[in-house]
Amino acid sequence: MIEITQPGLLTTVQDLGRPGWAHLGVPRSGALDVPALELANQLAGNVTGAAGLEVTMRGCAFRTHVSTVVAVTGAPTEVLVDGGTAPFCAPLVLAPGSTVEIKPPRTGVRTYVAFAGGVVVPEVLGSRATDTLSGLGPSPLKAGDRLPLGMTWHDPTILDTVRGRRTRWDEITLAISLGPRDDWFTDEAIGTLLGTAYSLSMKSNRVGARLTGPSLTRAVAGELPSEGIVLGAVQVPADGQPLVFLADHPTTGGYPVIAVVDAADLPLLAQARPGAAVRFRQTGGHGPQR
Amino acid sequence: MRILRVGVHAVLLELADGDEVDAWRAELLRRRAVGELRAIEIVPGARTILLDGVTDVATTATLVGGWGPPPAAGPATGDLIRIPVEYDGEDLADVAAAWGTDEAGVIERLSATELRVAFCGFSPGWGYLTGLPPELAMPRLDTPRQRVPAGSVALGGEYVGIYPTASPGGWRLIGRTDVTLFDVTADPPALLTPGKRVRLVAVAATRDEPVPLEAAR
Repeated sequence: MIEITQPGLLTTVQDLGRPGWAHLGVPRSGALDVPALELANQLAGNVTGAAGLEVTMRGCAFRTHVSTVVAVTGAPTEVLVDGGTAPFCAPLVLAPGSTVEIKPPRTGVRTYVAFAGGVVVPEVLGSRATDTLSGLGPSPLKAGDRLPLGMTWHDPTILDTVRGRRTRWDEITLAISLGPRDDWFTDEAIGTLLGTAYSLSMKSNRVGARLTGPSLTRAVAGELPSEGIVLGAVQVPADGQPLVFLADHPTTGGYPVIAVVDAADLPLLAQARPGAAVRFRQTGGHGPQR
Repeated sequence: MRILRVGVHAVLLELADGDEVDAWRAELLRRRAVGELRAIEIVPGARTILLDGVTDVATTATLVGGWGPPPAAGPATGDLIRIPVEYDGEDLADVAAAWGTDEAGVIERLSATELRVAFCGFSPGWGYLTGLPPELAMPRLDTPRQRVPAGSVALGGEYVGIYPTASPGGWRLIGRTDVTLFDVTADPPALLTPGKRVRLVAVAATRDEPVPLEAAR
């Protein structure tokens, strides 16, 4: 078991989410930077998809009540164990009663913490993830919260792949496929989307990354009957400012989706700070049979 | 049917109307169950069905495009759910005025209408219920309420909806129910799943002694 002593701004339990329930209005949720969570799990000796902590912007602190192995990945930050500096992106073997402090990240937004055995709060619809949109899963963590850890893990791993990981997200470029509703926009709007550096807004969260920049003008007026939304959908609300849906996105929506960001590039958005320059690069074209 | 690409893992089937959505939803679920279709999510919308988590977009589009139109879903095929409703919503009088009737007239009209869950969304357990004629569509509030209580029965556009949990909301409130709409321990977790038939059953104002669902059946 571990005990949260300082939750910081927003620290949540995350795994790979609960896909498969969108037809009932249940968002997918799960870690925003999946490769970072998976790296942490690998370092801690866990199987894919074990639940860990997603720590947002301001760090957090916890105390161990058992001996465990911890790994910290994602947005690079200083890690203190009992007040002494400990390595980032490496397995840390901790005795019971250790205090761990995750400092605010130097760059990036979301730091991930995996524990050997994983965080084993009860599953809700097959996942332990906190869904900030619907409230499913455990609430965002508070001081004093105690989290049980699983009993099954492998020997911790030291990986060469930890080197060479990205540490700056001031300017990011996201691969997109146009559609399904790119025909609701003018050619100029498509050109603007592909030729502009948008700025990531302060109002971004786990539901979506809001962008500010030139408005995308519609070729078709009116409302779109509600339709299913995918992870990474670039939706354009009435104000013309695009928003990229992240893990806690609603399952249906009535504003047109001009393009979809490749899932492989979404971790870049998960780590970009407000004010970061966001560009789009077209990789896929129009859909079949249109 | 038009099939649109949605990124690299999904396709969107664009259909003529809600009846076609119903028929295709049943057909796609059947084909997935027998292994002819691989998709993690089959998500109906108002006029569309999203297939998300497909292995290959082009292959899936060709496959689905090659299937003939499914037989139309017959009327009154889904399970019937009766929802006891206490008609005391804040906007009931406004709805009556818009419909050119009185409050009793609204209740009578809704009680006589068999509704159907067209699709889900907005929040877990929220079903968009169709069945009201287009001329009774109610525009949403210009300024949404900050907090709508759980169980509120409301009209928005052409749909009837019931708030599964308290949330902000811009729909016109006509009444409330005590029925649990979403329970993560139930299978399925939502009461109102796509295709189910729904009747709103008026109950007397008994705030202290709510009528259980069974008693309304």
